[in-house]
Amino acid sequence: MKRLVSLIVSLLAVCGLLAYTGHQLQASSGSTGSKVLNLYNWGDYIDPHLLTKFQKETGYHVNVETFDSNEAMYTKINQGGTHYDLAVPSEYMVAKMKRAHLLQPLDKSRLTGLQNYDSQFLNQTFDRGNRYSLPYFWGTLGIIYNDKFIKPGSIRHWNDLWSTKYRDRIMLIDSARDIMGMALASQGKSMNTTDPTTLRAAEQKLNRLAPNVKATVADEIKMYMTQNEAPLAVDWSGEAAEMLANNDHLHYVVPSEGSNLWIDNLVIPKTAQHTNAIYAFLNFMSRPDNAAQNAEYVGYATPNRTAKALLPKATREDQQFYPDATTLRHLEVYRDLSPTKVQLYNDLYLEFKMHH
Amino acid sequence: MTKRRTWVYFIPYGLWLALFVIAPVALIIYQSFFDLGQHFTLTNYNTYFRSATYLKMTLNSVWYAFLITLFTGLISYPTAYFIHQLKHRQFWLLLVILPTWINILLKAYAFIGIFSQAGLANQFLTFIGIGPQQILFTNASFIFVATYIQIPFMILPIYNALDDLNPAFVNASKDLGASTWQTFRHVIFPLTLPGVKAGVQAVFIPSLSLFMLTRLIGGNKVITLGTAIEEHFLTTMNWGMGSTIGVVLIVAMIVVMLLTGDQKTKGGTPR
Repeated sequence: MKRLVSLIVSLLAVCGLLAYTGHQLQASSGSTGSKVLNLYNWGDYIDPHLLTKFQKETGYHVNVETFDSNEAMYTKINQGGTHYDLAVPSEYMVAKMKRAHLLQPLDKSRLTGLQNYDSQFLNQTFDRGNRYSLPYFWGTLGIIYNDKFIKPGSIRHWNDLWSTKYRDRIMLIDSARDIMGMALASQGKSMNTTDPTTLRAAEQKLNRLAPNVKATVADEIKMYMTQNEAPLAVDWSGEAAEMLANNDHLHYVVPSEGSNLWIDNLVIPKTAQHTNAIYAFLNFMSRPDNAAQNAEYVGYATPNRTAKALLPKATREDQQFYPDATTLRHLEVYRDLSPTKVQLYNDLYLEFKMHH
Repeated sequence: MTKRRTWVYFIPYGLWLALFVIAPVALIIYQSFFDLGQHFTLTNYNTYFRSATYLKMTLNSVWYAFLITLFTGLISYPTAYFIHQLKHRQFWLLLVILPTWINILLKAYAFIGIFSQAGLANQFLTFIGIGPQQILFTNASFIFVATYIQIPFMILPIYNALDDLNPAFVNASKDLGASTWQTFRHVIFPLTLPGVKAGVQAVFIPSLSLFMLTRLIGGNKVITLGTAIEEHFLTTMNWGMGSTIGVVLIVAMIVVMLLTGDQKTKGGTPR
């Protein structure tokens, strides 16, 4: 007993010491100093070489902290006590943070390189005139298929998934908005519709897809698709890029009749402190050479048109991640719906899941 | 003097109870009366009891929890009985408890590996000539994994009940000419029933709201109330509705506790 107690006490002492040293180290590298920038980003969502380059050029040290969901990021910033200078929410979260007064407007006079951005990704409904946000990366919702089991070219449209050939073959991303949106797009309807009859019809159409659904899961889709567990999946292009990198048999298709266009954006939270560093960084990231380098590292599509031109031909002409103009025209950005409408989407989606 | 001492001893427990049991339950009940617009209403309860979806989901939850408890019981009682007869009981008991030291998420991922298309289970099926089957994302695999996870929580109380059983009763029963089966049926089992009831409480109640496994192993083909609660709190941010389902679960748990609790008034023992 005595030995056990002394063991526990010494373990606690070691942990305490480590925590203290860690704290000291962090304080010295400093989220508190003046030559720093605190970036709150998704995991592995920026090329680390760019951060060193930025420090060399400007002298600002970038501290990166990561989050794994928009909601987690929102909660942390909303609770206060953080000093993030920049965060990277998706479009609907920009709208939500704006409404909750968590963002500072951008000072356009201090921004250079705005003209590099493709107008397709500016002035969206979630932030008219880009008063608060700059696009960082964008992507789509689409179908991933494995050419070991599916003939290339046989999957082009959402409706192809409804074929009886694919009984128990499809994995869906567990997201109400995206799966309901897929059904709506397959019927030629807007993915932002709030009409109950249209939504009800979409849910009924989803119910007919139920026999083909093997599972409705989240991040695990990447693992399953890479391991050839299922021949078909519906997921976001960012996730697809990772799968394709790990399994040569996988391909990604954005249905030309319409799909979702999502945009991750750089925003300045209310709590930001290092204004000079923020604008230095925004301008640094808007530069075509840096944006292109970042896009090559992360593997997502860049909204920076000049940067895109700098990418290797194979990348910039890859229809999977830079869809052609017709498809692009049919893509829709999700609008931030009212809570009751979000509820309706989720209720119908839950009914679909119950239908299995 | 002694009375004051007792009071002091009660403080930590009382604080714990107030902060972590009474306050959260009160908060859940309070939240359940608010709709999306933060108005005080009964809408959530109205929605719940009028919605075929929620009622079906409730039935689903109860049905799966029942199946999980049933299979857990069928495996646990003989196991506990058997371990109790063994020489190195503490060692075998340790082996039963060992899996509970591993995080449930890790165990779920291990099962994904075992049950997947190229996993061990399918390799074995291919080896014996049956060929690969879809094992993951079926109701059976969900119940299997849930049962696996719950087994230790059922074995322990049953084992303890067997341990508390006075061997004199068993010997007396045998001396009086009862067969092994009769001894078990009329002496051992009734006397260890409190252990079984404790086990049922420990297994049935958590099984009602499993949600991680329904997604990871069940592929969301099994939908329980836990799934709905998760969605209401994380996606739709409709905490009122999520809390309402929470209240329904709490009531269901109280019912289970009452049903499996010790009845003070016992009728005549059937012959």
